[in-house]
Amino acid sequence: MKKVGLFGNPNTGKSSLFNRLTGLKQRVGNFPGVTVDKQLGKLKFGHETVQIIDFPGTYSIYPRSADEQVVYKVISNPNHADYPDLALVVVDASNLERNLLLFSQIYDLGVPTVLVLNLTDVASKNGLVINIDQLQSHFPNTTIIRSNARVGLGMNEIHAAISQLGNTGKSPKSNSVPLIAMDDPAAQSTDTTARFERIKRIVADVVTKKENPASRQFSSRLDRWLVHPVLGYVIFFTLLLVIFQTVFSLAAYPMDWIDMAFANLSEWTAAAIPEGLFSRLLTEAIIPGIGGVLIFIPQIGLLFLLISILEETGYMARVVFIMDKLMRPFGLNGKSVVPLISSAACAIPGVMATRTIQSWNERLTTILVAPLMSCSARIPVYTLLIALVIPDQKIWGFLNLQGLVLFGMYALGLVMALLVALVIKQFFRKRAELSVFLLELPAYKAPRWANVGLEVFQKVKLFVLDAGKIILAISIVLWALASFGPGDNMEKAAAAIEAPADKNEINVTAYEDRVAAAKLEHSYMGILGKTIEPVIRPLGYDWKMGISLLTSFAAREVFVGSLATIYSVHQEDDDPKPLIDRLRSEKYPDGKPVYTLASGVSLLVFYAFAMQCMATLAVVKRETKSWKWPLIQLGYMGVLAYLGAFIAYQLLK
Amino acid sequence: MKTLAEAKLHKRTTITGISDSDLKPKLLEMGLYTGKVVSILFKAPFGDPIAVDVDGYVLSMRLNEASLVQIEEHV
Repeated sequence: MKKVGLFGNPNTGKSSLFNRLTGLKQRVGNFPGVTVDKQLGKLKFGHETVQIIDFPGTYSIYPRSADEQVVYKVISNPNHADYPDLALVVVDASNLERNLLLFSQIYDLGVPTVLVLNLTDVASKNGLVINIDQLQSHFPNTTIIRSNARVGLGMNEIHAAISQLGNTGKSPKSNSVPLIAMDDPAAQSTDTTARFERIKRIVADVVTKKENPASRQFSSRLDRWLVHPVLGYVIFFTLLLVIFQTVFSLAAYPMDWIDMAFANLSEWTAAAIPEGLFSRLLTEAIIPGIGGVLIFIPQIGLLFLLISILEETGYMARVVFIMDKLMRPFGLNGKSVVPLISSAACAIPGVMATRTIQSWNERLTTILVAPLMSCSARIPVYTLLIALVIPDQKIWGFLNLQGLVLFGMYALGLVMALLVALVIKQFFRKRAELSVFLLELPAYKAPRWANVGLEVFQKVKLFVLDAGKIILAISIVLWALASFGPGDNMEKAAAAIEAPADKNEINVTAYEDRVAAAKLEHSYMGILGKTIEPVIRPLGYDWKMGISLLTSFAAREVFVGSLATIYSVHQEDDDPKPLIDRLRSEKYPDGKPVYTLASGVSLLVFYAFAMQCMATLAVVKRETKSWKWPLIQLGYMGVLAYLGAFIAYQLLK
Repeated sequence: MKTLAEAKLHKRTTITGISDSDLKPKLLEMGLYTGKVVSILFKAPFGDPIAVDVDGYVLSMRLNEASLVQIEEHV
């Protein structure tokens, strides 16, 4: 299949063009040997299909960040599997000089090129007139197309150019200029300087400038407020608050529907197929496992909807700008802010969002601390435990204490993330590295909804496929551990429970719940729970909580369901009340209650710090290319969780 | 010699060179070559990073990056 590579500076409307060309027919692949995602799309002409590859936005072919280096890797090697047959270079007409650097580099390599002169509307609004014929005379071997990807102008011409794949009578430059080595900054500097000397003359020849650009004034008027020393932060934090309020209040409805749909599906399946191991695997592991993945879609989707709107408008770049100085003392970067905010929904997209950070130290630090941000999987655990041990009362007459504690859990996660980043910074001190910030602040513009929609779709898809399969696999393993036990211990324990004489519905349900609890106690999972009891005793937990902690490795919110099974509480319509009542009445043999303020807070702290998410570990492995960092993460977060819970329990006991 | 990190707000300056460092190619790529006229548009709270007008586009950079850019202020 022929390949068309899409290149261009950031903020040139390159993704708009890619979305216009491929629409929903795009998928994410991998470049061989690097962890950067490859955006792929297909375009059909008659019976020939062309593959479109969207390369990360770069300012030159000698880029620095992990995300961008793939451009050099591919373009420097004509034998590379992704080496393009045609390079579509998107050029911002309103900033021709800087954009022509990348174009001229690719042009000189001898790849057939099409120069897509985009944002021509912005250019004319800024009073710039570009003489295409003159431009063509400086780059005779390329095809130049004027376009406006936002409204779809020039698309026919681009389609035509792609369908001919450079057979437009314009042969590529024959005497290609060799590439400079990636690790030779001096030669790169000389080359770039020489190129700009030439480009400066070309621009003088091609562009006519009229005075008084109007659109820039709009952006700079907005910037007076949005990066204001005080108001800038007030606006940002207010926006954050609104985003989280929206995400949590709006997402609750679809989450309830998904929850109900899967509960019904399980019940229906159990009734429809003959009883047996397969039926149980399906109804107790696979269906709830899939449901457990899908239930996060509303929150993740909504959060990314709002974040990508802010990114499209150009506001996110300003957030990075005003937050950089605050993040730097912690060894982080202004660009760490978006990954950390994303991690408050789910650490998986958060970790993936760190790719824009050029400095490896800052990127790694962000990845290592991101899972400390309280993600949405922790919420069911927090709400249950808070309802259980924190009194429902008002402070100062209007602040709800339970709500305050929930807010406190979020703050705890953030503060711990910053503290850990500070510690990591000390370790990195030895291998000092120049931190790079350099960021273009694009002019403000209205979001293009197709881009926003596709971004949300891609992120949700990535979560479902990446995290989903791991969560599902662990759900099945945990189900097996909880369903089987050594010998016939489980059956014996179940048989020991007396069946009720009066077989009314309430009695039978209670009996079945007790049997389930007895079986769980004698399963492999129960044995594991009892084995770790001595270790978790100092934290105020018994073996039943131990089981719940272990099952939480599939997904944290499984904690609630596990407790319900262990205490043989029949959960109906997700009403937490019976479970809370049951937990409150749970006593140790000596009569002391099991769930006290001390053990409850200890559990809260444990869940805030512990790395109980296999899916995140897998993504961290993928992003850092080694098991070293996910293992370090698992270790340090485990130690934090254990110590934190220990201190909390011992202080409050 | 003065650098962009010490330039006054809104004051037009001409770049006279980029100090040798690993960042040099990157700064050049962004269009900060010798002879370019730039000015600081606004600064982040606490004065760092700064936003620089580079021929109609806004580039933000940290002060330590700006200090690699040697300039001459216009009179």
